Amino acid sequence: MLVIESVSKTFHPGTVNEKRALDQINLTLADGDFAVIVGSNGAGKSTLFNAITGGFFVDEGRIILGGEDITYSKEHVRSKVIGHLFQDPLKGTAPHMTIEENMALAYLRASTSRHAYFSRISTSEKRKFREQLSLLDMGLEDRMKQPVGLLSGGQRQALTLLMATMVTPRILLLDEHTAALDPATADKVLSLTEKMIAERHITCLMITHNMHQALTLGNQTIMMDSGRIVFHAAGNERNNLTIDNLLSQFRLRAGKQLNDDKILLSK
Amino acid sequence: MSSLFTLSILQSALELGCIYSLVALALFLSFSILNIADLSTDGCFTLGCAVGAMVTLSGHPYLALIAAVGAGICSGFITAFLQTRMGVPSILAGIIVNTGLYTINIAVMGFSSNVNLFACDTVFSLAKDKLPFSWYESWYKLLIVLAVVLAIGVFLAWFLNTRLGLSIRATGDNEHMVRASSINPLFMITVGLCLANALTALSGAILGQYQKSCDINLGTGMVTIALASLIIGESLVGKGSILKKVAGVVLGSCLYRIIVALALRMNVPAEALKLVSAIIVAVAISFPYLKEKYTFFRKRQNNRALFRKEDGTHVSH
Repeated sequence: MLVIESVSKTFHPGTVNEKRALDQINLTLADGDFAVIVGSNGAGKSTLFNAITGGFFVDEGRIILGGEDITYSKEHVRSKVIGHLFQDPLKGTAPHMTIEENMALAYLRASTSRHAYFSRISTSEKRKFREQLSLLDMGLEDRMKQPVGLLSGGQRQALTLLMATMVTPRILLLDEHTAALDPATADKVLSLTEKMIAERHITCLMITHNMHQALTLGNQTIMMDSGRIVFHAAGNERNNLTIDNLLSQFRLRAGKQLNDDKILLSK
Repeated sequence: MSSLFTLSILQSALELGCIYSLVALALFLSFSILNIADLSTDGCFTLGCAVGAMVTLSGHPYLALIAAVGAGICSGFITAFLQTRMGVPSILAGIIVNTGLYTINIAVMGFSSNVNLFACDTVFSLAKDKLPFSWYESWYKLLIVLAVVLAIGVFLAWFLNTRLGLSIRATGDNEHMVRASSINPLFMITVGLCLANALTALSGAILGQYQKSCDINLGTGMVTIALASLIIGESLVGKGSILKKVAGVVLGSCLYRIIVALALRMNVPAEALKLVSAIIVAVAISFPYLKEKYTFFRKRQNNRALFRKEDGTHVSH
């Protein structure tokens, strides 16, 4: 369960570049919830993710994940229970290390003891990695000794997804993780994502520019503007929404037209 | 060629190559793997030699190596502490530590700028006494340094494939990934720099016992020389497993010493060697960039020639 209480963040306070990136954000996600966030550029979507992962500390409010207050815990500590996928498929994996080594790093989260520092990847772990890779159906299980830098963007993103969910995270954050892929690969990665989330009952927040995805994926839709959540629909209210409804809701709540080409083109 | 290059010259070049290869391996860790230019290398090398020499002087040549490693770890820790906990940029942290080490090194040597070990036992003289085979007689120094390098090389290859080693490699390879996973990059940089400086100091201590002296200026230019060895090694081996890369670095260091020995035989003054290393490093590092520039230049030439032939358009430069 994720609880975000009155979280605010201002970048460059007191300068001409001052920007209130998050403004009194309140958000509660129950276990197994899957919320999709839409909003124009600069609305604070990625900033919200960075607040959750600990890329910076928030100015006000608090963040509680799985009953634990993580507002001031360090980035590497809280990332033990958070899965994070970026839009850029190159960001999630180490290019000069092999697929196997990358997976071993992701699997480090599972080990709690410090003795594991000096252990090597065991044969049973290799077998496990192989099984998981074969689920991707990309032939990666036969390329485990190859450096990740040789894989395509889609393959790297699928691998990153596998690594982020290898140890079931308390929350999975997807920051437009299919936006940089070609349409066919994007569909494949997206269906893999849906499958994993459904099978493992993972709590998930996903950013998208695709209005169709915003209404069909998961069980909640959130719209953000100027660092605020302007619209949050779940249940029946959401089931009855159309894209045009959503745009008019935005106009109503944000007091302006949604003018983001990427979003409007995806209509 | 035989008059130019005798067996004994080859032998001493290999001995020095093996000893200095530890510094090249240290830079392999900090420069190639962690992606940090650790400029405290020069001072740390002298620190290892000074600490080693003083302990050897008191009659403990083996303990000297351990003490040097300890001193190297401390030096690496301070460099790492400055950049991970104090917000000092990594290059500056190395320069600061390097400057401070000059005074420390002088102090370690009892406020004198050199120490000689001619009267006391070293690991080399002890080993020579213990195993007096006839064939061993002239090769014992090389055998000892080979054994040390082999042990360190195997250790590094093992270490970099443990989970801690993998985490250190990931820290230098993809910052975003490391931040999104549960690895603490600051801790990894600290461990990496401590290990790297331990190797640098060990190299200094072995060199001190090898040449039976220690001088305050011993480490000057060491970082450039080690980088030259590292680059030669990496271009020899290219891509491959960690063990292969480690072997390449040692090979590069030996090759560098052979080049130096040849240059000395051809009466190149010893003072010129630092310039030669500097040129090797500058050329090797700028080579990929220049290659790209050259490819673009050729493409532009061809392209212009094509259009000039077609319609005689004058191209502005």
